[in-house]
Amino acid sequence: MIRAIDGDALRTGDGRSRQAAPLVRVRILRQDVAGGESYWERFEVPHEPNMNVISLLQKIAAAARTQDGRRVAPVAWDCSCLEEVCGSCTMLINGRTRMACSALVDKLLEENGGEVELRPMSKFPVVRDLVVDRRRLFRSLERVQAWVPVDDSYDHGPGPRISPEQQQDAYPLSECISCGCCLEACPQFTKIEPVLRDGESDADFEARRRQAFDAAFLGAHAISQAMLFNSHPTGGMIADERMESLTGRGGIQICGNAQNCVAVCPKRIPLTRSIARAGRAATVWAIKKLFDR
Amino acid sequence: MAEPRILVVGGGLAGLACTMRLAELGVHVDLVSLVPVKRSHSVCAQGGINSVNALTRQQGDTEWKHFDDTVYGGDFLQHQPPVKEMADWGPRIVDLMDRLGVPFNRTTEGFRDQRRFGGTLYKRTSFAGATTGQQLLYALDEQVRRREVEGLVTKWEFWDFLTPVLDERGRCRGAVCQDLVTMQFRAFQADAVVLASGGNGLIYGRSTMSMVCTGSAVSRAYQAGAWYGNGEFIQVHPTAIPGADKLRLMSESARGEGGRVWVPRKPQDPRDPREIPEAERCYFLEERYPKYGNLVPRDIATREIFDICTNEGLSVEKDRLCVYLDLTHIPRETLDRKLGGILEIYEKFQGVDPRSMPMKIFPAVHYSMGGLWVDYTRSGDGGMLEGSPRNQQTSIPGLYAIGECDYQYHGANRLGANSLLSCIFSGLFVAPSLKAAREEGSRGGEPTKLFDAAVRRQEERHRELLSRTAGTENPYDLHQQLGGLMTRVATVVRRNEQLADAYGEVCQMEERWRRCAVSDTGNWTNQNVVFTKALGDMFPVAKVILKGALLRDECRGAHFKPQFSMPGIEAVEPAAKRAEAERWCDRFEENTRKWLKSTIAACGPGGEPDISYQDVDTSLIPPRPRLYGLVGAEVIEEVWKERQAARSAAEGLTGGVGVAVAAP
Repeated sequence: MIRAIDGDALRTGDGRSRQAAPLVRVRILRQDVAGGESYWERFEVPHEPNMNVISLLQKIAAAARTQDGRRVAPVAWDCSCLEEVCGSCTMLINGRTRMACSALVDKLLEENGGEVELRPMSKFPVVRDLVVDRRRLFRSLERVQAWVPVDDSYDHGPGPRISPEQQQDAYPLSECISCGCCLEACPQFTKIEPVLRDGESDADFEARRRQAFDAAFLGAHAISQAMLFNSHPTGGMIADERMESLTGRGGIQICGNAQNCVAVCPKRIPLTRSIARAGRAATVWAIKKLFDR
Repeated sequence: MAEPRILVVGGGLAGLACTMRLAELGVHVDLVSLVPVKRSHSVCAQGGINSVNALTRQQGDTEWKHFDDTVYGGDFLQHQPPVKEMADWGPRIVDLMDRLGVPFNRTTEGFRDQRRFGGTLYKRTSFAGATTGQQLLYALDEQVRRREVEGLVTKWEFWDFLTPVLDERGRCRGAVCQDLVTMQFRAFQADAVVLASGGNGLIYGRSTMSMVCTGSAVSRAYQAGAWYGNGEFIQVHPTAIPGADKLRLMSESARGEGGRVWVPRKPQDPRDPREIPEAERCYFLEERYPKYGNLVPRDIATREIFDICTNEGLSVEKDRLCVYLDLTHIPRETLDRKLGGILEIYEKFQGVDPRSMPMKIFPAVHYSMGGLWVDYTRSGDGGMLEGSPRNQQTSIPGLYAIGECDYQYHGANRLGANSLLSCIFSGLFVAPSLKAAREEGSRGGEPTKLFDAAVRRQEERHRELLSRTAGTENPYDLHQQLGGLMTRVATVVRRNEQLADAYGEVCQMEERWRRCAVSDTGNWTNQNVVFTKALGDMFPVAKVILKGALLRDECRGAHFKPQFSMPGIEAVEPAAKRAEAERWCDRFEENTRKWLKSTIAACGPGGEPDISYQDVDTSLIPPRPRLYGLVGAEVIEEVWKERQAARSAAEGLTGGVGVAVAAP
């Protein structure tokens, strides 16, 4: 099937005078509203060279018809930069969590017997179709105070001197795009999907959601960010507060060392190294706390 | 007075810098964004951020020289005081980002390292690997998150800005926005509204820009009465990887390391490129520019690649314009050592190894120099007066614009690594102006009926779109047609007859848009209707771009019309050469008098742009010709310098730097 695709009929893209392009079969797990039932739908899209999953979805949106010709609402999905740096388009593609923009269709067809299967991430509440609510991921960044606590943004000269080694150590951690792949793959990170109760105000609902987030596992991305900021000369000035979060409820002790996170990270961030460092720092910190009492 | 509140639209570098500074000033910010702000388009910037630094300073560099490079690079089309102010702030801004934890590359001694970028002789560019934009954005995102926890910022992520709300005196009092999940409308009352919504690459279909860069927020402000400045100036990068979904940048370093650009002599030769013999290949850059070869300046490379595909029909593919950028003659080991990172990007998205197969590349729309017209107050030292409520204010009082969506800093062409600076600078600099604007236009309880009516109008527009199920036009197909047309006529090479035709075609497309059918009529995460709405707002800006380009009969920066280009000197005999250079300079001066003006578009009745022109404040650095690569440049420069010297002698008697032109 792939060989046929590489033929010169497609290279020129001139479909009229030649055979019609082969069709790519796509199976998508859909859901109309948050908390609704999910269901499968099949689509067929004319193949083009170098297609990625985003261009499949763009064509499905434009046609808005299923394989059997039924008119349906276009499939909803998140995307923005399309070059694997904004972190928007995470989904389960052929069962694996990854970015839709860098998932090339020809490779997917090879690995999955001529069909592409798309599902929303399973660890976040579905908003619609492939769109999920990843607010919890950003809340974790607040919990570990993932920032440098500067006095203000006025001019105080340059930042601290940093050795090239320190920079090379920090840079990969700073490339985290908050895509959530590490959380999707983590056995310890489980879905939280609170449902609005009868008569509950929006503010109360929001507070309850926040509470649920704060009691649950932070996730590899946030642990790694905590290590990034603790290693920065100014960022490290609130290292103790970060250690408090890392060792509190939902902290590093939840990690079961499955190491799935590092295997699925699209940016190849050394997440397990960060977790190991955080574990050691937690031990040191616990002992220090014991003596400080 | 009620608690001060500012609405910021867009959470890229400019919007976040502005939000951070406002929160610090104790002003509450509502921050509206189409995507979580950490996912904004600024993450795509790779190269770096320019500023004078300790090292360049000791080599003779100054803020003034950075300012000069920027206005010279921009072909003098920008008002000079704001640019001067930006260059002056450069060192402070890079220091600040350093303090915020940006992992800038370091020297052995632990100082920030710098690289050299186009348009300058100095190593002014600080960088963090190949992801400087991402790193700068994250640093600001983190500071804003910190202020959010403190309660000074409220984020409205996955919200769409629909329209500014103006009172009966025409002052902006807030905006109507829509929740992209629940599709609910909401009026935001604000002391000032700041647009930081970025570029409009999607008007060209596919570009190097992100999917959120529709330009819709700017278009909605323009349709509400804000002026649009220099719309026709769009930067096109010569080498991008064409994709079915977007065009991704391929760094110039591929040519720097010996990459050769060619097309088969036989149109759309179906053979494997490696099988095509040398004699049947056209190395058009090497043939046409034997001296510079594949390393001709960026604008020339862009024009030639575009020309060979569109006008000579020699594109490698028929339906997808592209040429070969060939590295296969270079040893693998050399490629991996020198170009590893960028070749991996090609491999990742194309699934083809560029070490063994020529890459397919094509120029791509990259940056909007034009944008909303904004004002400024000139300071005593020729810069911008800090805290003036006029700074960055659009022609609608109370409505401001910063970052890529304003027209202020890059003139006719942007220098590499200056955009990150202009975004952060305008964001920080506007904050005290916004605080002052609040005091100037104190609100004192706006009638809620003003906002109710504005919300109702948006609800009606939305309902009308949802009711169009019987329409005959598909919005996605129409968008592709618009993009194809704009890319063909309003990018690299512009011709008046094509532009005039295209204007008519865009008007027809806009009519067809009114017959667009939506395939989703629901009221939950309806991306279909949101896209259709954004598409409808692309036409007014497309018309601004086309009309501005049609009327501007000259070549300046990114705007190139072959009919009005000024070729070099043909004569060989010294006296004749000299006479020709005199005529060249006469013509240049005449052109400057006629065309060194900002294009201002106002949305007229019926949505047609009314174009007028405003003088540019060039009082600090007099305009001079850009002669790079021109035949006879030395003799033109000689004549030009003599004329300048004579002029200075005449003016020097009074001690002035020239005639000050009042800011508009």
